[in-house]
Amino acid sequence: MNVPLPPTNGGCRTAPVLKERGQREVFCGLTGIIWLHRKMQDAFFLVVGSRTCAHLLQSAAGVMIFAEPRFGTAILEESDLAGLADAHEELDREVARLLARRPDIRQLFLVGSCPSEVIKIDLSRAAERLSQVHAPHVRVLNYSGSGIETTFTQGEDACLASMVPVLKETAARELLVVGALPDVVEDQMIGLLADMGIGPIRLLPARRIDDTTAVGSSTVFALTQPFLGDTHAELERRGARHIAAPFPFGDEGTTAWLRAIAIEFDVSEETFAAVTAAPRARAQKAIAQASEALRGKSVFFFPDSQLEIPLARFLTRECGMTAIEVGSPYIHDALHGPDLDLLPAGQQISEGQDVDKQLARARAARPDLTVCGLGLANPLEAEGLSTKWAIELVFTPVHFYEQAGDLAGLFSRPLRRKSVLRLEAAE
Amino acid sequence: MKLTVWTYEGPPHVGAMRVATAMKGLHYVLHAPQGDTYADLLFTMIERRNHRPPVSYTTFQARDLGSDTATLFKTSCQDAVDRFDPQAIIVGASCTAELIQDDPAGLAETMGLSIPVIPLELPSYQRKENFGADETFYQIVKALSQPQDRTSRVTCNILGPTALGFRHRDDVEEITGLLSDLGIDVNVVAPLGATPDDIARLPGAHFNVLLSPETGEAAARWLEKTHSQPYTKTVPIGVGATRDFIAEVGAITGLPCRLDESRLRMPWWSSSVASTYLTGKRVFIFGDGTHVAAHARIARDEMGFEVVGIGCYNREMARPIRALAKEYGVNALITDDYLEVEQAIETLSPEMILGTQMERHIGKRLGIPCAVISAPVHVQDFPARYSPQVGFEGANVIFDTLIHPLVMGLEEHLLTMFRDDFEFHDDAGPSHHGGKAKAKVDEVFEAVEQPQSDNVIWLTDAEKELKKIPFFVRGKARRNTETFALEKGISEISLDTLYEAKAHYAR
Repeated sequence: MNVPLPPTNGGCRTAPVLKERGQREVFCGLTGIIWLHRKMQDAFFLVVGSRTCAHLLQSAAGVMIFAEPRFGTAILEESDLAGLADAHEELDREVARLLARRPDIRQLFLVGSCPSEVIKIDLSRAAERLSQVHAPHVRVLNYSGSGIETTFTQGEDACLASMVPVLKETAARELLVVGALPDVVEDQMIGLLADMGIGPIRLLPARRIDDTTAVGSSTVFALTQPFLGDTHAELERRGARHIAAPFPFGDEGTTAWLRAIAIEFDVSEETFAAVTAAPRARAQKAIAQASEALRGKSVFFFPDSQLEIPLARFLTRECGMTAIEVGSPYIHDALHGPDLDLLPAGQQISEGQDVDKQLARARAARPDLTVCGLGLANPLEAEGLSTKWAIELVFTPVHFYEQAGDLAGLFSRPLRRKSVLRLEAAE
Repeated sequence: MKLTVWTYEGPPHVGAMRVATAMKGLHYVLHAPQGDTYADLLFTMIERRNHRPPVSYTTFQARDLGSDTATLFKTSCQDAVDRFDPQAIIVGASCTAELIQDDPAGLAETMGLSIPVIPLELPSYQRKENFGADETFYQIVKALSQPQDRTSRVTCNILGPTALGFRHRDDVEEITGLLSDLGIDVNVVAPLGATPDDIARLPGAHFNVLLSPETGEAAARWLEKTHSQPYTKTVPIGVGATRDFIAEVGAITGLPCRLDESRLRMPWWSSSVASTYLTGKRVFIFGDGTHVAAHARIARDEMGFEVVGIGCYNREMARPIRALAKEYGVNALITDDYLEVEQAIETLSPEMILGTQMERHIGKRLGIPCAVISAPVHVQDFPARYSPQVGFEGANVIFDTLIHPLVMGLEEHLLTMFRDDFEFHDDAGPSHHGGKAKAKVDEVFEAVEQPQSDNVIWLTDAEKELKKIPFFVRGKARRNTETFALEKGISEISLDTLYEAKAHYAR
């Protein structure tokens, strides 16, 4: 099995990190509800928050995709702030109404927000109480998606972490794959692992509550997303063991990720090569085509989803780009270490954000491509920089071999677009 | 506590952002947790602005609570003043910061800044976006405007247009031109495009044009009271309203206000025979109070529609909309719950909806065409082309907007005559809309739709006949027939009942 070689000038795992605090141009963890509620088809996400929370969900979703989505906001009003006991009663009433209207709901997540955290509405107590009322048909859990606790994708982490303590105990030696993936990608992954003889494969989150995801000291788990630090900790608390690996982006990342699991399950070289050869070749071909516009270009990442480090690894090693700065909201060595090992030294790694200072660095560096949030993209375009808005990387199937070309394409499209438009006025 | 899925209005600090983003040389220091920066994308993505909103967020996190969020606020405030060099700042709190009670106003006051600091008190748990914009603009005007002599020429201010406003960019241009044709110069447009120095000059104008009552009325009232500037009460949306507006301006200024109407094409477009098919189309109108009131008049008096229901989501406009509904003989729906709006539309089964982005989604679900006439709107409703709503060009634009979603006159007849044609059938939708046509699938018979009333049963023949009625009138036919049956005490609807009802409602 060919192991990805660390860069000749050394990786970035021990490189100095620029840590900044200040204004952060990021979403809060509530945003994860947008994809989680599609992934878990029997779940409803009830945010206990303010009008701002409801407005955020609506704005981040971009459009009102679904007439009646499986999420909503219980908006706190003046009277709820005055008496917390009443707030609990109100919550019970809203939940009862919701569940009566939506008998298809089997799991309900009470999602904490900035206001509910500040006024200390105890949602874990509420979840316990409501679980008793609505069991066995509905399971009620709680987590915080508040901006004071979570940054963007950490919302998914908090959600999955809240599910770990209630997973059934198992003594079986099973592989648990953790992270919400689009169904099509998940099926591809299961297919690859099954072809190597690995199975049954358990998923967190499962598509439905009745699925048989369980955990125990014989469980080994792999993460498909680099933002699942709390879930990682909760699973280790249940005795499960993490299979550390680079994340499955691009040919190299996917191969390394699969290889780590293959080694764990004693898959032979021949089998591994036989299963991965064809999709690898396809991925390499697709990346080569899609990355043509990227070769020799520079990239600057603003912190957004914690996908930045694995994606910088993909862009620098497989698409021929150089990174100027790779910003991540948080860096966890246990999760990001294997990708940092492979990331060629030379760029600035930064954690946290002071957006105006970071904008000044980006303006000075004039990168060929800037990966940033929706609030910054058009203003930077207007200054002549090409941008890729980062949220698309979370909303688009980008994992594993068959999507590797699409992933490169997401970055090359803004550059291609700039090259095809002929809109400049004649001199 | 109220369960909400989609909202018509954001929180009040987003209203304040609409004012700050519209202006130049003003900065907003907002005490807010991480994540509230999402609101930037409303401006940079939905409205495609090429600058970040002039807002500094303090971005406090859990670990800051209980330690020193106040210092964080002061640091952000000082940084913003140093970095952006504004002529004035507004300071306030988002919903979470309101709870930690740091008092941004008091904190900013102690800093000894050399520029005006305007504190905002926006109660996040009671009020909403439009209130936030109106109140913010009012506080800015109150703090910055300076007593002064009137300009020598007759001038006015245009009050109310903001960032994210529905067609405000083009409305300002159109009304400026209209006033110029009347011989009136514009002194200041605000908030859109105004600096704090411009705000100081507001009292120099002879009167105010209140273009957007939702976001400018408090300021207009204050200027009337404090600086004796009258303001116009008519919003010139539609032919009649524009003529009334011109008369109102004439009465205020004493100028002989008459306007060349040669660019006004709407009346002929509406009276020409190709528009006959619009007669009596049943429309439901919902949005902000100002646009709903304007469109009720346009719909009835200028398009020849029948208005079957009106309503608004901003409670501040409940009173005038209720009065208007009475005049039109319909019920007023005052709610910000889109499910209630959907329910009302389903019950009334209009042939067309004039609404916001919410009603467009409702219309899509119910198969009812919808024209968007009011905020809130999505990115596709911030057009590149010039498309004002006010004035004579606005009337022309609105005519086009209202007929576009409909199936045109002759096409209606053809659909009725050839409804079984494999290409030219109900599901294909209006022929001038792309992307919808699909070949007709032969079905034995579709599943029977639920009757709208529980008290009548549709017999199979009648149900089949109903299916033959084109989609854009089917809802009305069903409703009329059921109402007719109920009135006559008929419990089973037969083919005869269907046609008796048709004869009964003939017009």
